[in-house]
Amino acid sequence: MTDRTRVIPDRLQSPLERHLKSWESLLILVAVAVFVANSFASPYFLNAWNLSDATFNFTEKAMIAFAMALLIISGEIDLSVASIIALASTAMGAAVQFGVDTPGLVLIGLGVGLICGAFNGFLVTVMGLPSIVVTIGTMSLFRGISYIVLGDQAYRGYPSDFAFFGQGYVFWVISFEFVLFAILALIHAILLHKTNFGRAVYAIGNNPTGALFSGIRVARVKFILFLLTGLMSGIAAICLTSRLGSTRPSIAFGWELEIVTMVVLGGVSILGGSGSIVGVVIAAFVMGLVTFGLGLLNVPGIVMSIVIGALLISVIALPRLWQKWRG
Amino acid sequence: MKRRTFTSLVAGLSLGASLLGTSAMAQDNMRIALVVKALGIGFFEAAAEGAEEAATELGNVEIIYTGPTDTTAEGQIEVINSLIAQGVDAIAISANDPDALVPALKRAMQRGITVISWDSGVAEDGRQMHLNPSSNALIGNMIIKLAADHLPDGGEVAVLSASATATNQNIWIEEMNKVMGNYPGINVVSTVYGDDLADKSYREAQGLMQSHPDLDAIIAPTSVGIVAAAQAVADAGKAGEINVTGLGLPSEMAGAIESGASKSFAIWNPIDLGYSATMIAHALATEAATAEPGSEIPMGRMGSVTLDDTNASAMADPFVYDASNIDQFKSIF
Repeated sequence: MTDRTRVIPDRLQSPLERHLKSWESLLILVAVAVFVANSFASPYFLNAWNLSDATFNFTEKAMIAFAMALLIISGEIDLSVASIIALASTAMGAAVQFGVDTPGLVLIGLGVGLICGAFNGFLVTVMGLPSIVVTIGTMSLFRGISYIVLGDQAYRGYPSDFAFFGQGYVFWVISFEFVLFAILALIHAILLHKTNFGRAVYAIGNNPTGALFSGIRVARVKFILFLLTGLMSGIAAICLTSRLGSTRPSIAFGWELEIVTMVVLGGVSILGGSGSIVGVVIAAFVMGLVTFGLGLLNVPGIVMSIVIGALLISVIALPRLWQKWRG
Repeated sequence: MKRRTFTSLVAGLSLGASLLGTSAMAQDNMRIALVVKALGIGFFEAAAEGAEEAATELGNVEIIYTGPTDTTAEGQIEVINSLIAQGVDAIAISANDPDALVPALKRAMQRGITVISWDSGVAEDGRQMHLNPSSNALIGNMIIKLAADHLPDGGEVAVLSASATATNQNIWIEEMNKVMGNYPGINVVSTVYGDDLADKSYREAQGLMQSHPDLDAIIAPTSVGIVAAAQAVADAGKAGEINVTGLGLPSEMAGAIESGASKSFAIWNPIDLGYSATMIAHALATEAATAEPGSEIPMGRMGSVTLDDTNASAMADPFVYDASNIDQFKSIF
């Protein structure tokens, strides 16, 4: 017997109040704070071209983070994404040596991403293996293939029009990558928040058994999510390869953890079942602005990692502490 | 217009922000960024020391020593982007990837930033010039000179190389053979291959001592081979009798110098390298020199370099390390 009582609210929270108290509002506050702090700390921050350059720090990672968010909400994870980039980029580089043109390269990049995603999805949904184990394995496998193919060599000689994806500008300072980032954000937001498929993703993350007995084809949804993550990794591979103009097997090394960090910072529960695309978009901006702002102050990279880590822990811990403190 | 007012307002306010520790406001200074493969590597810390030395000598130069946490091209691109944003005057970079950095560095040059590479180069269209620590000819000459300096009356030397197919070592030995005429009395009696494996190099060095009882010196132009050979000589009790020399790292060779198995050896000096890169970047940024094939660029106490057809150049002879300076360098790299 405890004397804890539960207050039954006599009215629902108003939509405005709910929005104000949401994770996303907290993140926006953080983003604004970072923006203002950067503007004060460095005279070079508020410059259209510089801000445009800064977006390249996160656009490619964010594209994958959108798909990763859906995957994590469904209760799975894919740690092989950075290795898919390496393999897709290696395949495109190899194709260049055979004279494949830009449309062909794009198809190859997307195709390799899809195949890798399908392979992960097959092992998880058909073989019934845990996704964290499978993708730790394929993380080594995919990048390992790149290392076998390339060794210490590099592929270069990409066609000049291929450079548009990573270096092109659509309008003034708005880069192609940034436009793609925005479009993909919108597509994922609609998919997750406005479709039956999105509803199924939440249901699976909250209660896979319940979802199965509600008639949701759990395995198929998960398989599609792995495909989607692979496809997004393929798109990111095209952008990054185009931006670098060359391929080495170490390309995008270590990105998987930055992408998962972005997703979790965006308010997606690592246990699955909750989260939003808006949160991930804001988290992408926060991470991009923080690293760029610290870069302008010539803060060493290791300190940046510490700041991002501290940011992640505090943004996640503060609301919990706040709730505890309020009882 | 409105935005510009806001920008200038912020620029004014940020004067106060300089209390936060940024020194970026010192606009009078020429800012030269020394970008390295990754922070926290002794070799590059030493190069930064050299860059600071050059800055002090030049006056009005601020060195921004920076680089990513891991040795990745993506990390260096983020660093380059932030340097472009700060409008630094020059970037001197030791590249993690000769090709991937080209688009970012091209953009830096388009915005009027002087870009040079040093140590580890960037492809030709991504930089104005490249500074090699040394050249094959200088290295080939240095390794035989190191042996000959301690053999005034001539003697027998043997070469312990890496693998028979190692490109670098073969070129250096070839260059060495070209200048053998300058060292009369020195005979190369044998060339063996330790494949850059410590145990194999050790056995090959033992074999050399057995088959050539009058051997005076072993030249190992590889950092693995030189350590193994010095160990074999010391273990055979022939330290002081047979001089092991060649190319090695001070941290690994300190013991051999102490035991007398090696009298001296050579490798590029990172302090000189950072110093020279800074001097060259300054000369190009102030337009005191131009980067084109055949032009000569001054670099302070290190003399000057002349650019070849690819706008590359070699700084100097490899730096010689012996008992007099090993203690200073063994903690650096």
